[in-house]
Amino acid sequence: MTRELHPFPGGLQIPPHKELSNAKKSLITPLPDSIILPLQQHIGTPAVPLVKSGDKVLKGQLIARANGYVSVPLHASTSGKIIDIGNYTVPDPLGLKAPCIVIEPDGDDVWFEIKPTHDYTSIEPQALQDVIREAGIAGLGGAGFPAHVKLREGTESAVDTLIINAVECEPFISCDDRLIREKPGYVINGARMIRHAIQAKHCVIALEADMPEAYAALKELIDDDIELIQLPAKYPQGGERQLILALTGKEVPSGGLPIHMGIVMHNAATAAAAFRAVTRGEPLISRYITVSGEVNDPRNLQVLLGTPVKHCADQCGYEEKEGQVIILGGPMMGMFVNNMHMPVIKTTNCVLVTSTYNQSPEMPCIRCGQCVDVCPAELLPQQLYWHAHAKNYDRLRKYHLFDCIECGCCSYVCPSNIQLVQYYRKAKRQITQDERTRLSADHARERFMSRNQRLAREEQSHHNDLLAESDIDEKDKQAFIQAAVERTRTKRAQLSNHENANDDEK
Amino acid sequence: MKMLMMMRNETVIISSPHMHAATSINRVMTQVVYALIPGILLSAWFFGAGVLIQCLLAVFFVLGVEALMLYLREKPLRLFLFDGSAVVTALLFALCLSPYTPVWVNFTGICFAIIVAKHLYGGIGHNMFNPAMAGYVFILLCFPVYQTSWSLPSGADELQATLLQTLSIIFTGPSSIENFDILSGATTLAWTKSQLSGMFMITEIRNSPLFGSFAGKGTEWIAVAWLFGGIWLLAQRIIKWQMPVYFIGTIFLFSLLFYWYDSDIYLAPVATLFTGGIMLAAFFIITDPVTASTTPRGRIIYVTGIGLLVYVIRTWSAYPDGVAFAVLLMNAAVPLIDNYTRPRVFGEMKHG
Repeated sequence: MTRELHPFPGGLQIPPHKELSNAKKSLITPLPDSIILPLQQHIGTPAVPLVKSGDKVLKGQLIARANGYVSVPLHASTSGKIIDIGNYTVPDPLGLKAPCIVIEPDGDDVWFEIKPTHDYTSIEPQALQDVIREAGIAGLGGAGFPAHVKLREGTESAVDTLIINAVECEPFISCDDRLIREKPGYVINGARMIRHAIQAKHCVIALEADMPEAYAALKELIDDDIELIQLPAKYPQGGERQLILALTGKEVPSGGLPIHMGIVMHNAATAAAAFRAVTRGEPLISRYITVSGEVNDPRNLQVLLGTPVKHCADQCGYEEKEGQVIILGGPMMGMFVNNMHMPVIKTTNCVLVTSTYNQSPEMPCIRCGQCVDVCPAELLPQQLYWHAHAKNYDRLRKYHLFDCIECGCCSYVCPSNIQLVQYYRKAKRQITQDERTRLSADHARERFMSRNQRLAREEQSHHNDLLAESDIDEKDKQAFIQAAVERTRTKRAQLSNHENANDDEK
Repeated sequence: MKMLMMMRNETVIISSPHMHAATSINRVMTQVVYALIPGILLSAWFFGAGVLIQCLLAVFFVLGVEALMLYLREKPLRLFLFDGSAVVTALLFALCLSPYTPVWVNFTGICFAIIVAKHLYGGIGHNMFNPAMAGYVFILLCFPVYQTSWSLPSGADELQATLLQTLSIIFTGPSSIENFDILSGATTLAWTKSQLSGMFMITEIRNSPLFGSFAGKGTEWIAVAWLFGGIWLLAQRIIKWQMPVYFIGTIFLFSLLFYWYDSDIYLAPVATLFTGGIMLAAFFIITDPVTASTTPRGRIIYVTGIGLLVYVIRTWSAYPDGVAFAVLLMNAAVPLIDNYTRPRVFGEMKHG
């Protein structure tokens, strides 16, 4: 069966640099001195610790529970002693610290009791989702969206196609490539299992043409039930909306979700992790990462979550040099970090050491429109830039700022070297913040209004009580009540005038 | 302004992406200059050393004036002076001039282009009007007489000025040469215009030595050089193909319609396209990104508008060529065009 492909608009051909790391077999990273597990390694609410300092834990033991629906639990990556629960540096663009559970490994690496299920088809889809959730599976592609949420949406509405995303379009990163080559069965069976969990009609595994070995590995194990699609390499093909368009020819509506079109997408590594969690009972405690760039031995590693980044880099012959920077993730969307003290978390896919990062000066925009040509969201990046510069937030909305996927194509081609994405991020943050402030102001005003009304009601009933107690005859009472009602009315009128005036001021 | 950095919690933040294509304003402008070189040399071949002298003078003046303005505006001198944009402005301006233009006219034009059209609007990237065209129109309106007498294309019957004579005309004025009238004449387009008003027919006019094999003598081959330079720029992805194609297409279409209507008084399409400044405009002037429309549909409207105006001004106005006026008029329409041609965004519904 052949599928007609639909190239997405814009995009770039970027030198891939994958050959640095994708040929070598992945290395199992030795145990580090300490394991630092942030309570938040996913999108949503952070997990809540179930252990305290001094507790002994075993590998795979639940140490923090999910807090709410959009959240996942956390498990110990190895056996050892909890030595601290406190704030440590985490992978964060601002270099912030966040609550973490720190384990001192005992070196034995003893597993907690695990409950493998050999036949996932015997489990009801709903129950399967719960198993996946209990295993702490969040999207391993980079965003870290809790996997079970996407699965639940899948069972709630009919799913036509499940897409397993093995398109690793960012330069340097080859961890999915390596995972597929080394464990193709996990990926394929993971795809089948997720398909069972969401009862999808079709299943597609998509990868780019520059991964021929991974393609061959999958091809060997695949049956007719899954379509295997090779796409011509183009950045950012791994983006959800871009890949859906490339495979189906349909555009996810602006502001909509793939599920509204009957499509669910999961990353290949996520599918493998989910399969492992169900059939072997092993929760998500390790992942593949790529260490590449200016290290002596760039390669892929199988790393326990919580392992310090420095420990991983050391396995690949990292030597600190003047002028180098560390990037977590790829060079297009990854985050710049100042040090290597933070741990590898569920969403860390690459550690890139480089000294050739972009540091030319920023020049004025010459309106050349190169950014328009490469934007995969078909936005007008330069207009967004001007309006972001002028803090013209209404205009930014009109020009669909929130459809920007921050892929960085515009900044990449800009001859004036303007850090466009940075401006968009700032503007998005500001708009979201303003929205929140406005909402809370609205709430406060509503509270104030209802309080005034309540007070007015109370006063009136107080009056009525007084009248009832007095010995004035019926006629006079009526007059009194009438007067009270009049008073309240004028008061209300005043209040509403006041409110109108407030509105006008805005 | 070294790198976009944000200081917070004493942490340096560098935003993604961390990779950048090998491109810069300087690189873009340098390539535009390269693409101009064949045409400049060919112009000098046909119209004498005056062309080169005007170019050199303009570049010399532009660097001085640009440096002064950057100094006054307290901008980093080295970074902006050598971004190449001022040199491109100077060359395009000089190529519009008559090779006999006096030095002070050249200087005045450059001053207007750089000071008023460029820096008073906010410098590179912020100018609303094409500086080279603004400078040229300024001197054309203020000192029209100097743009009426051109050196004659080599191969025409009349004499060619020597280098010394050319220098003398440029630096001490036309009256310093006794036989200036013999050494100078109208351009092909100006001459055509005056002959037409004298009730001559195109077929007669085309027999003049000012016409070459298919268009204006000399200018036809110079136009071919602009065309090749432009194709090279297209291959380098410096300019977008839609702009020259729609521009040339519009003029071709209109000249064809009128040529069919009455070939006695309207020039044939090929002669129209390869005479005067149309080819230079198609690849080097209307493609100036700063003053063009920025949306894909807007760019088409913009260049089509220029093409239409060029033909109208050329054919029915008192001016022989209309590129500069047409460009400036459409420059003024750009904000409006941009506003009404916002493209549909990925995933945007038709009525939402």
